[in-house]
Amino acid sequence: MASSRPRGGSFSRNISSAATAQIPGVKVGPNGTSFLSSGIPDLDQILGGGFTLGSLVMIMEDPEAPHHMLLLRNFMSQGLIHKQPLLYASPERDPRGFLGTLPSPMASKEEKSHERPAEQDANLRIAWQYKKYFGEQNSEVQRGGKAEYCNDFDLRKPLERHFYSGQRVDCISLRDSPNLAPLLERCSTFSAQISKSDGNITCAGRIAIQSLCSPQCDFSDKDWEMLSFIRSLKGMVRSSGAVAVISFPPSLVSPTFLKRWQHLADTLISVKAIPDEDKELAKLLTGYQDMLGLLSVHKVARINTQVPAILEATTFSMKLRKRRALVLECLNQAPVDGSSGSSYGTSGSCSGSSKSGNLDF
Amino acid sequence: MDNLCANLLEEAVGISKGGRVVVVEDCVQMSGAFVLHHFLKRSLYPDTSDAVIFIAFAHPFSHYERILRKMGCNLTVHRKNHRFVFLDMLTLECPDRNGKETRQDGLLALYGEIEKAVEIYSSLEGSRIITIMIDDISLIEVAANGSSNHVLDFLHYCYTLKAKYGCSFVTLNHEDIYSSANTLPLILQLEYLADVIIKAEPLATGLASDVHGQLSVLNKGSVCDLGGSSSKVRNFHFRVKENIVDYFYPGTQT
Repeated sequence: MASSRPRGGSFSRNISSAATAQIPGVKVGPNGTSFLSSGIPDLDQILGGGFTLGSLVMIMEDPEAPHHMLLLRNFMSQGLIHKQPLLYASPERDPRGFLGTLPSPMASKEEKSHERPAEQDANLRIAWQYKKYFGEQNSEVQRGGKAEYCNDFDLRKPLERHFYSGQRVDCISLRDSPNLAPLLERCSTFSAQISKSDGNITCAGRIAIQSLCSPQCDFSDKDWEMLSFIRSLKGMVRSSGAVAVISFPPSLVSPTFLKRWQHLADTLISVKAIPDEDKELAKLLTGYQDMLGLLSVHKVARINTQVPAILEATTFSMKLRKRRALVLECLNQAPVDGSSGSSYGTSGSCSGSSKSGNLDF
Repeated sequence: MDNLCANLLEEAVGISKGGRVVVVEDCVQMSGAFVLHHFLKRSLYPDTSDAVIFIAFAHPFSHYERILRKMGCNLTVHRKNHRFVFLDMLTLECPDRNGKETRQDGLLALYGEIEKAVEIYSSLEGSRIITIMIDDISLIEVAANGSSNHVLDFLHYCYTLKAKYGCSFVTLNHEDIYSSANTLPLILQLEYLADVIIKAEPLATGLASDVHGQLSVLNKGSVCDLGGSSSKVRNFHFRVKENIVDYFYPGTQT
C-alpha cells in the first residue's frame, strides 16, 4: 500500500477533532465527518449523531398534516441557539413571521423532571419493550455529556426574540420569484459566507427550505429546473460547512422525478400522519393514542464511506411527551396473537434472525 | 494485495482486456457506488500501469480518496504518478435559457477534456488500458437540463474512444429513475451498448446487517474460443465493509 501519509485512513479522526472541536454545536463523527444536531435528540441518535455536515437532507411531507414543520422548527431553533447562521425559504408571503413560531429550549430542571418517570417505568415494562429503554438510557448519558449539542424543545413556548433578531438570519419567500435563480443566489452567498476564511470551516450554517415544489411557487412545474437547483445546492453545501434541509410534498412530483429527488438526497426522511380512528392499527401498536405520526428514515448520509447504514428499525412513531417535547420511539407491536415474534416489526426478517439472541423470550 | 480472482464479482465479470463497457445500476435503497470503487481500485493495481479518468458528478475528490485509502489505494499518489485523472464536475452547469447550444457546449468541453487526457495517457510508454468512469449518468442529465439526447450524444462520443484507444468504461446509473416511457431510451441504449451489466438491489426482506443486498451480473460475454457467444447471469449476495466487500452465494456465508 503506497501511502504518502501513513497517518491517514481511520486514524485521521483525532486531527479533525482538534480542528472542529471549537465550533459550537458541531460533533465529530466517523470518517472525518462532523454532525449538526437536528434539534430532536432521538432523531440524532437514530441517524448516528445527527445530520452530517455538508449533507442534503430531504423530508417528504405528508399531504394532510404539517408534521414536517415540527422537524423544520426544531432544526432551525437548534441552529439559532448555537448562534449558527440560518437561511430560511418558504412559499409563504412572510417567511420571517415563521420565526416567531419556533420552539424554545426547555429549562434543564424540566428536562430532568420528565426523564425520571421514564426511568421508573422501565422497571415495570415487560420483555418485549426492553430494547427501547436500553437505547434511551444510552442517549441520556450522551445528553448529560453533551448537553449543549442538542436541546429538548418545548413546542408550546416560543423562542425568545433575541435569538433570531440578529443579522445572521436570512429569510426569503419563494412566492415572489418566477424561477429559482434568486434563491440559488442567496444560498450561494450564504454558503460563501460560511466558508469564507481560507477554506477552513469556522462555523456551521443551516439552510431550511420548506415545501420546495408547492403549487404557490411559479416554478413548481419546471421539474428540471428544480432538480438542477437541488443539485447545485448539494454541491454548495458539500463544499461549505452547512446542512440543507428541504421539505417537499412527494405527491406533487411525478414518480420518475421523485426518484431523482430521492437519489439526490443524502439523508431521506418521510413523515406520515396517522388517521384518528384506525382501529386495526390501534390494535396492532401500543401507545397508539399518543402518536402524532410516523417518521421513516429511508436513507442516511454516507459521506466518505461506502458502507451502508443499517438501522435497527426504519419507522418510528412521533409522540409529544407531556404535550411539549417531540420524541421518537420504536414501534412496538402489541402482543396480540403471541406468534408475531420480534417486537421490531419493521426490521427485516434477516436482521431479526441474527439478533434473535437478544429477543429470545 | 489480494488475489485478482478472489471474489465472485471478479469471476462473474471476467478478466478485462480493455475496450469493455460496464454499466452499474442501483436504486434508492441500495447504492451501487461500491462496485465503482471496486473497479477503480482494480484498475489502479500496482502491478499494472493502467490509468483511470474519473468523471465525478456525485461527490468531491476527498470522498473517493478517503474510501479508496481505506481499501489500500492512494488516489493522491496515483494522481501524481499520472495514473489517475479526476474531473470534478460537481458544479458543471450547462447554462440554460440560452438555447440548446450552450447545453451542448458544457458536455462538449467535458468530452474535449476526456479526449485530451486519453491522448496524453495513451502516448505514454507501456501498454496500458485507460478506464473512463462516470459517477453518475443521471446527474449528467440534470446538468444538461433534462435533454437526454445530449447525454446520449456525449456518451456515444465517449464510446468512440473505445475503438480508437481501447478504453474501458464503467458507468453508474440509477435504474429506478427510468420507469416512464419517455425516459426509457437512455437506459435501454446504455444497456444495449454494455458488455457487462451489474445491478445492485436490496434484499426483498429489507436491509439486514449481515447481508446488504444482491448483485446480479449479466455478462454478455466475449466471443469464446468455440465461436459462440455466451451470456451469463449470476446472482449473489454481498456485504459492504470499509476495506473490502464480501460476495457470497445466498446461504453460504459462514
